Amino acid sequence: MTALSAPRMIRPRWLTLPLMVGVLLVLFWLLATVVAPLMTAHDPLDMVGRRLQPPSWDHLLGTDALGRDVLSRTLHGARHSIPIAVAVVILAVAIGASLGALAGFLGGLADTVIMRLVDVTLSFPPMLLAMAVAASLGPGLWNAAIAMVIVWWPVYARLMRAQVLEVREREHVEAAIASGATRTRVLTRHILPLCWTPVLISATMDLGQVILLAASLSFIGLGATPPTPEWGSMISDGAAQFYSWWVALGPGLAILTIVLGFNFIGDGLHDYFDPRSR
Amino acid sequence: MSAHTPLFEVRDLRVAFGPGGILGEAVRGISLHVDHGEVLGIVGESGSGKSVGMLAALGLQPEGARVSGSVRFKGRELVGLPRRDLRELRGSRIGMIFQDPLSSLNPVMTVGDQIAEAVRLHNRDMSRKAALDRAKDLLALVSIPQPDRRLQQYPHEFSGGMRQRVMIAMAVANDPDLLIADEPTTALDVTVQAQIMDVLADLKQRLKIGLILITHDLGVLAGHADRVAVIYAGQVVEQAGVDDLFARPGHPYTRGLIASIPDMTRMDDRLFSIEGTPPALGHLPSGCAFNPRCTVAQDVCRHLAPQTHVEGDHNATCHFAFQNVVSAA
Amino acid sequence: MTRYILRRLIAMPFLVLGIVTLAFLLTTVTKGDPLTAIVSDRQLNNPEVVAAAKAKWGLDRSLPERYVIYVGNLLTGDMGTSFITRRPVAQDVLYRLPATMELVIAAMAVGATIGISLGVLAAYFRNTAIDHAARFFALFGSSIPVFWLGLALLYVFSVQWGILPGPGRLDARATPPPMVTGFMTVDTLMAGNVRLFLDAVWHLILPAFVLGWAVAGTISRLVRANMLEVLSREFILTARAKGAGEFRVVIRHALRNTLVPTLTVIGYSFAYLLTGAVLTETIFSWPGMGSYAVDAARGLDFPAIIGVTIVGGVIFLITNLLTDIAYVVANPRVRLG
Repeated sequence: MTALSAPRMIRPRWLTLPLMVGVLLVLFWLLATVVAPLMTAHDPLDMVGRRLQPPSWDHLLGTDALGRDVLSRTLHGARHSIPIAVAVVILAVAIGASLGALAGFLGGLADTVIMRLVDVTLSFPPMLLAMAVAASLGPGLWNAAIAMVIVWWPVYARLMRAQVLEVREREHVEAAIASGATRTRVLTRHILPLCWTPVLISATMDLGQVILLAASLSFIGLGATPPTPEWGSMISDGAAQFYSWWVALGPGLAILTIVLGFNFIGDGLHDYFDPRSR
Repeated sequence: MSAHTPLFEVRDLRVAFGPGGILGEAVRGISLHVDHGEVLGIVGESGSGKSVGMLAALGLQPEGARVSGSVRFKGRELVGLPRRDLRELRGSRIGMIFQDPLSSLNPVMTVGDQIAEAVRLHNRDMSRKAALDRAKDLLALVSIPQPDRRLQQYPHEFSGGMRQRVMIAMAVANDPDLLIADEPTTALDVTVQAQIMDVLADLKQRLKIGLILITHDLGVLAGHADRVAVIYAGQVVEQAGVDDLFARPGHPYTRGLIASIPDMTRMDDRLFSIEGTPPALGHLPSGCAFNPRCTVAQDVCRHLAPQTHVEGDHNATCHFAFQNVVSAA
Repeated sequence: MTRYILRRLIAMPFLVLGIVTLAFLLTTVTKGDPLTAIVSDRQLNNPEVVAAAKAKWGLDRSLPERYVIYVGNLLTGDMGTSFITRRPVAQDVLYRLPATMELVIAAMAVGATIGISLGVLAAYFRNTAIDHAARFFALFGSSIPVFWLGLALLYVFSVQWGILPGPGRLDARATPPPMVTGFMTVDTLMAGNVRLFLDAVWHLILPAFVLGWAVAGTISRLVRANMLEVLSREFILTARAKGAGEFRVVIRHALRNTLVPTLTVIGYSFAYLLTGAVLTETIFSWPGMGSYAVDAARGLDFPAIIGVTIVGGVIFLITNLLTDIAYVVANPRVRLG
């Protein structure tokens, strides 16, 4: 059959609309993380109006059960959710990638022990394990973060191990070994630099899911404690004030937009790296 | 042209790609015809537009392709026919078989179900049982042993030649008038190729069908075709009775094709091949489309599209048609 | 392939042991004192209860000894007593498991139906508005927090429009049928009460959709990718050349060829559904394992939360294994080749 290709030269191939929307959404929330106080008229912890006021010009997203401004609490929420998510992913990558690299490079007993640990951890539905760990450690945003790291590191361990195993077989590595480089040097200079890209891409794309998981834990009451303006616990407040729909609207939209942003970026990257699915 | 209506007649068929055809034409005005009990060979390199053209004639053009010209089947115009009407013709009056029988058969359906489907699509009232019985007869018709057992097997349990027989059985399931075989032997072993050609020749005799044999290998046509159309860059460049074509090729491209048929009798000879590749879609050279690869091209070939020269039932589209016969490579 | 399944079967007991070990480790980190993981705060001052618990779980022994005792107790089905319900955790979990399974199965059906339909449409109409809309719907579903979606839909459909029922498995005024299977839809039918059965189905719609939407996204993307690949294969042309209509070509020839990977992704989506069920059940007052786990976590009811985690892990292991077996069974080339 004749192969046909349409010209698609109008804009760079990687610059798709979903990718742009994703980047804009994420940039907005990163901005909120940095300058939330400048974006809002009210302090997120102050009681600035009557309680449970529906949206108005003074309070664009209304007020909650304690008379706090939902909009400023929503924007300030970014200052908790995003740093936590970033910290969780960085820690999970640090632990997971190191263990995965060791497993792949050393092989043998180390490999077996590490990978069985990975298998067991991944045998749990993530939310249940995170809940159990968080509950055991006690409530609090940072304990929830530890729980999430425990749930998430095996993902990167698996990925990193696969990378190391693949790179280890390449010629330049064998050449380095043959020329008498030490094991440490082979690992750090010749193998690891070639392994990072997929791990980092996957970590970036996971940020949205980690934000979602953190909000879920807080919603249950295992993450942030009052009066922290954390999105999950704000939605929990909203559930308690079920008929005042606006209380949960702001934080819900916040989670939706930032996770959607990361998912759009992930989708765009996926299309770029896997043209088959276009 | 004689006064009677041919079984299948294509006139000035064009297939254009892209919005408004900006990507170019893969088929640039093909005309040919075939009658009951006749075998028309269509030969050309891959990418010449021979497959695209025949598929488009039956409404199976790729997405976004525009088809124009005229295709008449038993006098009925097919271009512009509603999809439903085309669908009724396909598989019932016109059967098709393709190059690679493995990828052309559905891997997750039994062979019996696939043939029975072809039967029932055009006989809505027939029961599944009756269709499977018919499928069994069809397998026997194409000489597949143990048709009962074979019906329940999947394509991957068949050999290449047996699979192509299944494809043929499926294509003739409803006693078609016309069978279009697109490179039916290319993907098969040499020994199996001859068997498949025999099956086709036998069916043509028994069912009195018209057969269009599309191939890149002129050698396949030597013993099997009545007439041959040579296609280059979406156009018929030469058309003649098969003996006439081999005896007196009128176009340099045809001469090249003949020279590149592997000759079993001369062991020492290395295989001749025409240098270069056919033009890509939308990148036609000026003048004669074949001129960059032609061994006898002159200045005029680079500037002026050639006329068709007719000598009886033999025509060729070349500035120097039927000349240079001696100076051919 | 069969060897692979066999290896997985052999690995099962070890993975279960791993799950149990991890669960045991969790009991040792609670507030630094394992006693708090076994005896509730209120009972800590009751010397009788404390002594009994210490004896039963061997709290005055060394860590390895305690581990053996813990595993031994689990083997007899003893996961301790819930602080909140005062009943054995194993009994609580068994009692609540069917509600979760009913919700998860319904959500799986919803997710698979939406996901496959969208995936097929998106692939057939690739790069058109339909494709983009389907992709957006899918991404939206995996980005939206289920607990917020549940609240929003309850507010709109139940409170504002009143066209779907509120939380719960049945109308609050209705008398539930006797519990036989624990599946409300089955039990109502077994009690011969069609009106109640319809009410149960009615109550399933919203939570099943909330939970199913996210997996619908994952399924639709996989189906789309596989359909694109299959639709470009030659046998699709063969089907058209036979005179098959487009619907038949797409459903009977193309979709059937994507069955195996689709089945696999639906099976693996179980993990997500179990995770999502925890939150969905909370919103919809669904008396399943998820809401039990949330209540346990909120009340720091350690035996309950650890019990649920173990059961969840084991269920997860089993479904993944079943998925792999289904993969082998559904694929004629793997089975026979």
